[in-house]
Amino acid sequence: MERLPQIIAAHAGREGPLLPILHDVQAEYGHVSEEAIRMIAQALNLSRAEVQGVASFYHDFQAEVDPRPVLKLCRAEACQARGVEALAAALPENGRVKVETVYCLGLCSVGPNAMVGSKVHARLDAAKLGALVEALA
Amino acid sequence: MTGGMKLVRISDDALALACGADEVAAAFAAAGCIVERVSSWGMHWLEPLAEIDGQGFGPLLPEDVAAVLAGTSAKAIGPVEAHPFIARQQRFTFARAGKTRPLSLEDYAAHGGWQGLARAREIGPGATIAQVTESGLRGRGGAGFPAGIKWTTVAKASADRKYIVCNADEGDSATFADRMVMEGDPFMLVEGMAIAAHAVGAQKGYVYIRSEYPHAIAKMEAAVRASAHLVAPFELEVRVGAGAYVCGEETSLLNSLEGKRGEVRAKPPLPALEGLFGKPTVVNNVLTLAAVPWIMAHGAEAYAAVGFGRSKGTMPIQIAGNVKHGGLFEVGFGITLGELVNDIGGGTASGRPVRAVQVGGPLGAYHAPSDFHLPFDYEAFAAADGLIGHAGITVFDDTADMSRQARFAMEFCAAESCGKCTPCRIGSTRGVELIDRIRARSGRAPDKVEALPQMHNARKSERSLADEIVLLEDLCETMKFGSLCALGGFTPYPVLSALRNFPEDFGAAPAKEVAE
Repeated sequence: MERLPQIIAAHAGREGPLLPILHDVQAEYGHVSEEAIRMIAQALNLSRAEVQGVASFYHDFQAEVDPRPVLKLCRAEACQARGVEALAAALPENGRVKVETVYCLGLCSVGPNAMVGSKVHARLDAAKLGALVEALA
Repeated sequence: MTGGMKLVRISDDALALACGADEVAAAFAAAGCIVERVSSWGMHWLEPLAEIDGQGFGPLLPEDVAAVLAGTSAKAIGPVEAHPFIARQQRFTFARAGKTRPLSLEDYAAHGGWQGLARAREIGPGATIAQVTESGLRGRGGAGFPAGIKWTTVAKASADRKYIVCNADEGDSATFADRMVMEGDPFMLVEGMAIAAHAVGAQKGYVYIRSEYPHAIAKMEAAVRASAHLVAPFELEVRVGAGAYVCGEETSLLNSLEGKRGEVRAKPPLPALEGLFGKPTVVNNVLTLAAVPWIMAHGAEAYAAVGFGRSKGTMPIQIAGNVKHGGLFEVGFGITLGELVNDIGGGTASGRPVRAVQVGGPLGAYHAPSDFHLPFDYEAFAAADGLIGHAGITVFDDTADMSRQARFAMEFCAAESCGKCTPCRIGSTRGVELIDRIRARSGRAPDKVEALPQMHNARKSERSLADEIVLLEDLCETMKFGSLCALGGFTPYPVLSALRNFPEDFGAAPAKEVAE
C-alpha cells in the first residue's frame, strides 16, 4: 500500500476525486482492499461505509484479486443477433482464463466481439474465440 | 511525395482495429506505401477499408495488399465517396468521417473546424442560444428534449459556477455513433462543448466516457490537451465511468462524477438548475453537442430545413446486429424503418428473413416487419409504442426467440438497476422469474405462504399461462409508471412489444388471430 498516498495525493485537488482514485487503485493492486478503503476514506474525509458503497456499486472495482487473465465477451442484443449465445455455450471450460460478460463494446455491426486489455476483436467464430482464450491461458 | 510512394488511408477507429486494420496498415507500409490513419467512413462491413486516390478496397486482409497495389484486387469498391451507402446520406455531424486524421488540428481546421465557435463568439451568448433553439435540435441521448430550452434554463440561472457535462456513457447495444465521434472527430465534440460553455456561461466541462471505450478515452484525452489553448478559459476534463449502465441516465451520471454511487436522483430539481455539485449544469449527449458546431457554422435555418415533423435535422443512425451492410448512416429524420433495414442494410447477414428489429437499444421496442412503414421520427415511434432512443437498430433473423429476448430485457434491467426504486429493483427480478415460467408453460400453484388461511387476498387457485401473461402485462405497467428513470421505466418496451408482436413465442395465439 506504499503507493496509495501518492495515488490519493495525485487526485486530491480535483472535483469529485473518488472514482479516479478507485480506478488507479484497481489498476495498481488488481482490487480495492479494505485497507485501501480505510485510507481513502480518511484522506477524503468520508466514512468507510461511503467509500465501500461506491466501490461495490461499480462493476469495474473488485473486492478480491483474481490473478487470471480476463477476456470480456459482449453478450448484448446486437451480438446475440449475431450468434454470441451459441459461441458462449460451446466455449470449452478453461479455469485459467476468466471469461467475463460485458454489455456492449460499441462494435455492434461486426459482432460477436470481445476485448482483452484494450485490444478489441470482432467477427468472432468458435475457432477465433477459442484461439483467443487459448492464447491467454 | 515522391513518384512511386502511394498514400494509403486506413481508419484507426476501434472497430477497424478489431477487424484487423493495424495488420493491413503494416502490410501496406511494408510494401513501401505511406499510410495515413484516418477516421472511419462508417461502412463497417467493408472494414478494414483502404482508400488510395479516392478508390476504396475492403474488407482487406494483409495478404490482399499485393493485389490492391497491382490493381487486380477483387475487393475494389470504386470511389468511396460515390458508394451508394455514402451517397445516400446527409452528413452534417459526420461530414469529416473518413477524411481527416482524428487528432490533427490542421486537418480539423482545414475541413471547417472551429468556424462554429468563432461565429458563436462573434454573435454572443444570447444569439448563440437563439440559433440552437431555432435549429430545432433535440437531445440525441434518447429523450429528445429541445437543447435550446435546456441551454436557456442554465443561462438564466444565476450561480458562481456552471458546468457542461457531456454524456458519453454510450451503453446501449447497437449504438456506436458517440464512440465514432470521439475516436474519429474528437475536436468537434470539444468545439461543441466550448460553444455550449460560451452560450450559458460555464467555466468547466466534463466528458464522462464509459470504461468499455479505451480507444475513445485515449483520443478524447489527447484532443482535450491539444485544443486547450483554443477553448480557454473554458476548461475540459475527461472522466471515466466504471462499468455501470445506469450512469448513462443523466442524474446518476452526475452522482458518479461527484464520486458517489451511480444512483438516480429524483427530479425536480432539474440538473439545469441544480446539477453537478448542485450548480446549474447542461447535460447533453455526445451527438447533441457534436451537432452544434455545424449549426453555428451553417446557420439554424439550414439545419431545420432537413427533417420530419418536429424532428429537425439529421440523425446518425446506427445499423447493427444481424445485418448485411451495418454501419453509420446519417440522414434527415423521416426515412422509413424498412428502407433502413432492407434497402440500406441489405437485409440480414445470415441471408434468412428478418423477424424482428429492435430500435433504440436495450430499452427499445421489438418491431415486426409490419412496422417497416414507420418514419424515423420521435413522435411516430412513440405513437407505435416504441422509441428511437439513440437511434441504434438491431436486426434479428427468423431464428430469434422473442420470449428469450424479453427475458433478457428483464435480466439486463435486474443486473444494471441502481436499486433506488422498487419497481425497477424488484420488478425486474420478478419479471425474469415470470417469463421463465411462461417459457416453460408451467403455470404456478399457490405456494405455502399463499395457501395460509390468514392470507385473505392471496390467490388460492393455480395460475394458468393466460393468467401469467396478464400478470406480466400488469408488472410492466407498474414498472413503466412507477420507476424513477428510463431503465425501469422503459424495460417494458422490449418486453411488451415482444409479447404483443410475437405472442406465438409466449405460447399465445399469433398476433393476427388475436386481431380478428
